[in-house]
Amino acid sequence: MSMKFVDEFREPELISRTAEEIRRLAGGRHYRMMEVCGGHTHAIYRFGLKDILPENIELIHGPGCPVCVLPMGRIDDGLAIAQQPDVIFAAFGDMMRVPGTQGSPLEHKARGMDVRIVYSPSDALKLARLNPDKHVMFFAIGFETTAPSTALTLMRAKAEGIHNFSVFCNHVTIIPAIRAILDSPDMRLDAFIGPGHVSTVIGCRPYEWIAQNEHKPIVVSGFEPLDMLQSIVMLLHQLRRGEAKVENQYKRVVPWEGNRAALRAMAEVFQLRPYFEWRGMGFISQSALRLNDKYAEWDAEQRFVIPGIRVTDPKAAQCGEVLKGVLKPHQCKLFGRECTPEHPIGALMVSSEGSCAAYFNYEHRKAMANGLSSIA
Amino acid sequence: MSAPPATSAEPAAIRFRDPQIEMAHGAGGKASRRLVEGLFAPLLFGNAPGPLGDAAHVDISGTKVAITTDSFVVNPLTFPGGSIGELAVNGTVNDLAVSGAKAEALVVTYVLEAGLPTSVLEGEVRAMARAAAAAGVRIAGGDTKVVEHGKADQMYITTTGIGRLLRGVTVDPCSVRPGDKVLLSGAVGDHGVTILLARGELDLEADLRSDTRSVLPLVEALISTAGPGVRWMRDPTRGGTATSLNELARDCGLGVVLFEDQIPVHDAVRGACELLGLDPLHIANEGQFLAVVSPEYADAAINALALAPGGSEAQIIGEIREQPAGSVLITTLYGGSRIIDMLVGDPLPRIC
Repeated sequence: MSMKFVDEFREPELISRTAEEIRRLAGGRHYRMMEVCGGHTHAIYRFGLKDILPENIELIHGPGCPVCVLPMGRIDDGLAIAQQPDVIFAAFGDMMRVPGTQGSPLEHKARGMDVRIVYSPSDALKLARLNPDKHVMFFAIGFETTAPSTALTLMRAKAEGIHNFSVFCNHVTIIPAIRAILDSPDMRLDAFIGPGHVSTVIGCRPYEWIAQNEHKPIVVSGFEPLDMLQSIVMLLHQLRRGEAKVENQYKRVVPWEGNRAALRAMAEVFQLRPYFEWRGMGFISQSALRLNDKYAEWDAEQRFVIPGIRVTDPKAAQCGEVLKGVLKPHQCKLFGRECTPEHPIGALMVSSEGSCAAYFNYEHRKAMANGLSSIA
Repeated sequence: MSAPPATSAEPAAIRFRDPQIEMAHGAGGKASRRLVEGLFAPLLFGNAPGPLGDAAHVDISGTKVAITTDSFVVNPLTFPGGSIGELAVNGTVNDLAVSGAKAEALVVTYVLEAGLPTSVLEGEVRAMARAAAAAGVRIAGGDTKVVEHGKADQMYITTTGIGRLLRGVTVDPCSVRPGDKVLLSGAVGDHGVTILLARGELDLEADLRSDTRSVLPLVEALISTAGPGVRWMRDPTRGGTATSLNELARDCGLGVVLFEDQIPVHDAVRGACELLGLDPLHIANEGQFLAVVSPEYADAAINALALAPGGSEAQIIGEIREQPAGSVLITTLYGGSRIIDMLVGDPLPRIC
């Protein structure tokens, strides 16, 4: 395993040159750009990109953090299934500290629940093979990035006739979420930094309506500092020319047409839910996936009785406004007081890719440490 | 975990409010510190003032000795570069070394699960004997308990060590001053990532070995050349480099500023961390130490480490500044910066 290739995208001199170009292109105008993907949000803070971007490039953190947008009721439902005897709860590490009403999966583990961290859905299937007298429920989360591997795992479970395995499906799709943001009346955005990993699967075509109908430029971007800066340069070129088109900065990974095999696997296994609740955004129609009838036997929602109780976030939590970019994380009434990464109340404080958690960990602490009361 | 001697008979209020013990309380990060400071310290150490060091210095009729204890629970028991037996010896030798003491004797407790193959136990006892000989420490006694099958994970080892204070060095976070340099003895994250890969849950292979070793020779090399300039030392085990430096920042009330491009990280560790969304600075080490050295001794210190066996990757990774007081700031290659916190809970991989 060699990972040397990241370095060329972190070349300091190239980065400061690109930052300079952004400053020049932006001129005196104020631009609001949304990075849709939580991975981008995390990278912006981790690499301190805010420190090198001019102030008039404002980055708004979007809804692309699967853990953040998952309603608490779904976590409760998944954990309720795992309360039943001989059920193993398997999920990605991302889920482990996400609180349900009675605590996170890790807290349930401490109380004796059989909770396992897996690195892929196929690891969960492996657990099912190794524990034939137990039932393994994989708590599936993620956008189109992770949905194909869940689909392939289900296809394998069916082919091999593994019946002590099920999926509690929380897969969501990115396009309806972007549409919901654009439909929101208080939305003010100039352009989008498009999600990199999701686009490896869906390609660039599904974004064309954003350019054509909404007249907003969108550039699908990689996750290294230089990727993101270059994407901002590409967006500024479009904005200055008054253009709106879909461009692909992440060509080394993202094919324009997406990954047909992955899309086929998803079509084989999943169907669209009529609507699904997004934490902080409410119900969005046709925005999530469930297992189709051919896979009913492996669908945890059909195999088990689940409480299905909706849990609403406290009214004071202004996650929706932050998600849509109307408020900055620190402008929420709960930010940094009741709501912190160790004790998250709102959705966006839950995962390190959530904009509030990223802001708290890097910006807020930095401001505190420097003796400033807040950051404008 | 050790503390200075008790000075007050009046125990302080218990501040630990977590309703149950979780894995995070043993992970060496924030939750561990909350438990030690909120429950153990007020009840056991008589509200001892001052920071919690790696080893306690105790006065026995005029002779000062250092004492410390550590328990080892690791799965798998053996991994590339080492095993639980070696860790158990080196871990305690290192805790003494970074408190400024040379381990003289260890006592060992084994907690064994019924059904453990004798060959496995023998292998670990041999590993301990080898590590003790290499570190120049005597194993003076021990105890064995066996628990029912299923009540423990194969074997746990606790070692308690007593050490003689090394001359010419005082380790005290309160002596740290702005302008001091932060030294690191070698690359970070090898041990934690090796264990992660050795569990076999990830289909990743990498040419990586645990860094487990006695750091005493390096500590002695440092002290012999730069002793009067050495202000603080710590071995960044669980919780990693970030947690140790946050503890320093809190204890001395100053800022620790790190230079990202100066921190040695092997490519395999970086790659695995990129893949799993982990920070190498939060990953455990078993054969490295951090030191804060006054600026006039910094060059001598780094030269001494570089010339000592196993010290070729030693680096000055940062410095102490007035600001950000009580925090650790890391400056990225291109002028950005971020605050780096203690580990919260266990490091969890991010996939989606």
